[in-house]
Amino acid sequence: MANRREFIRISSLGLGGMALAGGSLSLVKGSEVIESLFQSQLSDRQRQRVPTYCEICFWKCAGWVYFNEDGKIKKIEGNDNDLNCNGRLCPRGTGGVGMYYDPDRLKTPLIRTEERGRQTFREASWDEALSYIAEKMQKIAREHGPECVALFTHGSGGKYFGDLLKATGSTNIAAPSFAQCRGPREVAFIYTFGESIDSPENTDIRDTRCLVLIGSHIGENMHNGQVQEMSDAIDRGATIITVDPRYSTAASKSKYWLPIKPATDIALLLAWIHVIIFEELYDRDYVERYTVGFEQLKEHVRNKTPEWAYGITTIKPHIIRETAREMGNASPAVIVHPGRHVTWYGDDTQRSRSIAILNALLGSWGRRGGFYRNANYELPSFPHPEFPEPKRTWREAFPGKYNLATTVLANGVCDATIPSADRSCNFKGWIVCGTNLIETLPNQKNTIEAIQNLELLAVIDTMPMEITGWADVVLPECTYLERYDSIRTGQARLPQIALRMPASEPLYDSKPSWWIAKELAKKLGLQAYFDYDTIEDLLDWQLRQIGSSLEEMQRIGVKTFERDADDLYFADGEAIEFNTSSGKIELYSPDFEAEGFDPLPNYTPHEEPPEGFYRLNYGRGPAHTFSRTANNANLTDIMEENSLWVNPKVASQWGIRNDQYVWLRNQDDITSKFPIKVRVTERIRWDSVYMVHGFGHDQKRLTRCYGKGASDTELISRVLVDPIMGGTGMRGNFVTFVLEDPAAIAADT
Amino acid sequence: MKEEIIVSGRMNHMVDPQLHIWEWPIPLYLFLGGLAAGILIFASFYTLQGKEAKFPTAVRIAPLITPIILVLGLLALFYDLNHKLFFWRLYTTIRLESPMSWGAWTLMVVTPLAFIWSALHIREAFPRFDWKYDWVKQLEAFFRKHIKILAWILIIFSLILGVYTGILFSAFNARPLWNTSILGPLFLTSGMSTGAAVIVLLSKSHEERLHFARLDIVLIGIELFLIVHMFMGFLASTEVQIQAAGLFLGGPYTTPFWLFVVFMGLIFPASLEVLEIKGYKLPLIVAPILVILGGLIFRFIIAYAGQISRWLY
Amino acid sequence: MRYAMAVDTRKCVGCSDCVVACQTENNVPIGYCRDWVVEVVDGTFPQLEIEIRSERCNHCENAPCVRCCPTGASHYSDGGTVLVNSRKCIGCGACIASCPYDARYPHPDGYPDKCTFCLTNRVQKGLKPACVAVCPTKCLYFGDLEDPNSDVSRVLKVRKWKTLIPEAGTKPHLYFLI
Ligand SMILES: Nc1nc2c(c(=O)[nH]1)N[C@H]1C(S)=C(S)[C@@H](COP(=O)(O)OP(=O)(O)OC[C@H]3O[C@@H](n4cnc5c(=O)[nH]c(N)nc54)[C@H](O)[C@@H]3O)O[C@H]1N2
Ligand SMILES: Nc1nc2c(c(=O)[nH]1)N[C@H]1C(S)=C(S)[C@@H](COP(=O)(O)OP(=O)(O)OC[C@H]3O[C@@H](n4cnc5c(=O)[nH]c(N)nc54)[C@H](O)[C@@H]3O)O[C@H]1N2
Ligand code: SF4
Ligand code: SF4
Ligand code: SF4
Ligand code: SF4
Ligand code: SF4
Ligand SMILES: [Mo]
Repeated sequence: MANRREFIRISSLGLGGMALAGGSLSLVKGSEVIESLFQSQLSDRQRQRVPTYCEICFWKCAGWVYFNEDGKIKKIEGNDNDLNCNGRLCPRGTGGVGMYYDPDRLKTPLIRTEERGRQTFREASWDEALSYIAEKMQKIAREHGPECVALFTHGSGGKYFGDLLKATGSTNIAAPSFAQCRGPREVAFIYTFGESIDSPENTDIRDTRCLVLIGSHIGENMHNGQVQEMSDAIDRGATIITVDPRYSTAASKSKYWLPIKPATDIALLLAWIHVIIFEELYDRDYVERYTVGFEQLKEHVRNKTPEWAYGITTIKPHIIRETAREMGNASPAVIVHPGRHVTWYGDDTQRSRSIAILNALLGSWGRRGGFYRNANYELPSFPHPEFPEPKRTWREAFPGKYNLATTVLANGVCDATIPSADRSCNFKGWIVCGTNLIETLPNQKNTIEAIQNLELLAVIDTMPMEITGWADVVLPECTYLERYDSIRTGQARLPQIALRMPASEPLYDSKPSWWIAKELAKKLGLQAYFDYDTIEDLLDWQLRQIGSSLEEMQRIGVKTFERDADDLYFADGEAIEFNTSSGKIELYSPDFEAEGFDPLPNYTPHEEPPEGFYRLNYGRGPAHTFSRTANNANLTDIMEENSLWVNPKVASQWGIRNDQYVWLRNQDDITSKFPIKVRVTERIRWDSVYMVHGFGHDQKRLTRCYGKGASDTELISRVLVDPIMGGTGMRGNFVTFVLEDPAAIAADT
Repeated sequence: MKEEIIVSGRMNHMVDPQLHIWEWPIPLYLFLGGLAAGILIFASFYTLQGKEAKFPTAVRIAPLITPIILVLGLLALFYDLNHKLFFWRLYTTIRLESPMSWGAWTLMVVTPLAFIWSALHIREAFPRFDWKYDWVKQLEAFFRKHIKILAWILIIFSLILGVYTGILFSAFNARPLWNTSILGPLFLTSGMSTGAAVIVLLSKSHEERLHFARLDIVLIGIELFLIVHMFMGFLASTEVQIQAAGLFLGGPYTTPFWLFVVFMGLIFPASLEVLEIKGYKLPLIVAPILVILGGLIFRFIIAYAGQISRWLY
Repeated sequence: MRYAMAVDTRKCVGCSDCVVACQTENNVPIGYCRDWVVEVVDGTFPQLEIEIRSERCNHCENAPCVRCCPTGASHYSDGGTVLVNSRKCIGCGACIASCPYDARYPHPDGYPDKCTFCLTNRVQKGLKPACVAVCPTKCLYFGDLEDPNSDVSRVLKVRKWKTLIPEAGTKPHLYFLI
């Protein structure tokens, strides 16, 4: 039984027919329900639309769902009052309808079976599937402790499964948005300003005079508010400086594009700090009033001259000076953007620290055109018993390490699932809701090895993504267009809440997360933590606490409140107590020092691609979100596969033509499963290749995207772990071209 | 390096990556139209000249196939329409700016005339044939009496039809390869040349054959002249037309055009005809068949290559 | 009245939201599009420039597609908007071949389809065309050229612009701010 989870298929006998019948049935039912719902609650005008907020990425734009004459979902438009989107969704949000109509959706609960040596799934009822999970969870709790079950989640459902897990006594709730995404910057900003950035970023791009993008490719990264505000900034004549080894879309909109040699940003940042300090371009008053460690910093960068950085970054000294002056002149209305996906080279927290320090010197934190102060808004939680105190946490698996990580490391849980003699307990059960770990975590081999050691893998998803293929139980969640979720709260310039409500009855036999979690809680005897009948009751109760109601939110979708005080920016000379050890902005970090890390960032060289290999660079395509949209018909229309960007010089060296398909092999001899189409373009350097993340799906049930393009994840086998917070640096992988089909070659020999 | 790509994944059926909205039916339709026009021009011309007896095939026999050819052409056109149920809309307006429209109307005139012409001459081919009804006979007599007027109308509309087969393309300023006024005369000449070839094929009279072979040589000469002229025009024109001509000058259509159309369809058969006139005994059907095939391929190549040619921006 | 659209190539990021929004608004079948986005990259690394253009029917004032239509199905409507009346159309494809911008496609239902400036479903109801309303960078401007206060008149007054292949004589009304 060692290899219990060989790659399995879902037996689809009868499933298609059922799905069809189920689909058309519930469609009819759906429109009837909507009909009655509207008649009972909404006035004539509103009958044509219901509010939602988008789940295609984590910007959570609020919008309206509109219907066609048959009462079926037609389109989604942004809500004009929403601060995240200002009435304009991004292409993915606009294409969200494709997720609802996707014929490949998960349709019923599935349970793994072994039939004559072959692993397949069979359809199951919800009751059976949930009982199965509950029994396994109880068994793990009995034999190893409830903390040995972890939750991986990304998205709305996480709230309910999180509560469920906490109710069982486990706090091991991990999201890839930390250690695979923004973790390094959050830690860096916490240890500099005493506050993390979080989402949506509090960058005041709209009013900035100078925007510095270090690898953040806004415009391809379609985080809506950022894109909109960058465009406003262009209109207002702001200077944009983009540091990116690739000619990103943002770079093409910039006054300065610094085509930096990959992995050398810290050197550039230190040189900028040098110029800003030694040419006295920094905000003296701000630095004196709010920061500590300036003198140490000054000493530290004394010899980090632009000339020094030139040798490392290949950016000319006069450009480094010129751009530093642009920032200085714009100060404090300048943003050195903290980026978002920042797990690149393993020294990412230090790079983010350099960015934080630079912002501090320019006085942009808390200032108009820099970083505004968030208005945070939270709703009271529905009364429930105290969660039990967990006996152990994931941290015990990593004694003395990653103490500065602020949340659970997804990769950490994964590592701690693989049995090892020095751990008292390994994880035995995973619940995965809304994250496709196979494509999301680097080093697939490791992820799969961890999964092979599980006693329970339950996956809640909408689509038959790779992760579902490894599950013991698959639970089909309905899409965000078919369900209520928690009220959207969070941070923005003004306090604001948004409602998501169903625009249709769930298609097929799918259910919302809140229902699944609540039913599972019942089976586990934890219903006290979910002490409401329906989610409408819960939401209405919460909304009434703040003087609104479900009915009102159904009508308006988004509600904006006043700020408590006029404190969007620091007032002149305002005394601020920062949430750091010293109460000041810490240019020099004693906390880092105490943990044994550099209190001031240092540049360390990184490995370079060997002869014939190229650095594997990846990023976002504007019309897709990771792997989740790869099968969405409205979005595959825009981009159905990713391509491999290759510099013309490299292409001619290899004799590769435009549009030719090639396979890739990385430094660890891993070859891509599928070939990828080459785009010969000047937009990429000769030492790297680039592709959009999220393609190369190998689940046949994803009929639109199966085998389209290549997966960057499968080639990211070398992970550069950030010692400070455990982030997984993913840009240290090198690939070479394989021009012939490796399968054919293998068959020949 | 300059790179120009569509980043929104556009792949409209029959338009991308290159326009191919018109498949085989349209060039076939134009070829058949041109061929029928050619035959009918000769038939009416020699009728007006009073040379019915000298060129019986041209005046009486060959036209008998034109109704079939025209109907086949119309069927091809109909087959190509995507909204067939609305076909009748063609005949609810006359839109002079639209070659499609006046082409349709021209056909509306020429096709019945071709039928009438055939009816008048059907007994030449089938001597035992007679009309069943008297009123048909009366009608026949009426037309026979006014056959010169009929011939005048026919020659005019056949010329229009012949030119139309070219104008349909050349009216498209969007397709640089088509956008040359030479295409009208060129297709007319080509249609007449294929018409002459059909007459040569059908004719049993040596004299008539020689006459039309000679005529064909002249027509082929004109065609070659027009083709050279067309390319000179392209090359002396804008970048887009230079690019369009490039399709035939080193581009993907170079071999098909120069080998199949110009050499096999024009120069080679013309040479055969010259030899024949000089008295060499050659298989009689080779030259006319090559001319007809050449004319057909010519339409296909112009239709396809024209759709590829485009404005650069 | 003369409707026109302007596209700011300096702000457009090529995200194709305009294309997706047009598709859902106008029931454009999957696999087809009425608008599309072109990216032109010029130069040699690292001396590079990109122009990004969201393109669609130019609603030409001298529209070859209207001229060549044998039935009058392709016609000028309010504000010079070029529309297709599918009930008059025979599906001959002439208009598709006649458009120098390849702005039309054969709809699977048999008639040619293309951008309508969202005339009847949005503009005449006082809304902006779907692509204009959705564009995250607000780089699309729509309005009446004859109204000096319309978005499009104002932006054309202050910015440099070009049209595509004006030498084709079509008098296009899609303007690209450069
Ligand atoms: N359309 C779309 N938008 C998205 C998402 C999506 O899936 N789709 N996801 C959202 C999420 S969760 C995140 S985290 C963000 C991520 O978006 P960003 O934070 O903007 O993305 P990154 O992946 O960090 O950055 C990618 C860029 O970094 C450049 N780069 C690579 N190596 C280096 C280097 O050594 N130095 C420098 N300076 N640059 C380098 C690449 O060339 C590329 O342009 O996007 C968000 N927005
Ligand atoms: N190689 C590589 N790895 C990366 C990145 C990269 O650029 N390259 N980016 C990293 C970053 S920045 C991030 S934030 C993470 C993102 O990682 P993930 O959030 O895991 O990304 P997705 O691939 O979008 O996976 C989302 C999963 O949720 C499912 N899903 C979508 N909607 C719903 C829903 O409503 N309910 C439920 N239950 N499931 C739903 C989808 O079907 C899919 O299986 O990936 C990280 N990993
Ligand atoms: S940015 Fe786009 S995908 Fe993300 S929530 Fe907003 S509309 Fe949806
Ligand atoms: S939506 Fe706007 S920014 Fe995006 S491609 Fe279209 S025009 Fe450009
Ligand atoms: S762009 Fe094309 S379809 Fe639109 S009006 Fe002009 S010619 Fe007609
Ligand atoms: S396809 Fe229709 S609209 Fe176009 S030219 Fe023909 S009849 Fe007119
Ligand atoms: S104006 Fe309307 S029809 Fe035209 S491209 Fe924009 S959304 Fe589509
Ligand atoms: Mo992320």
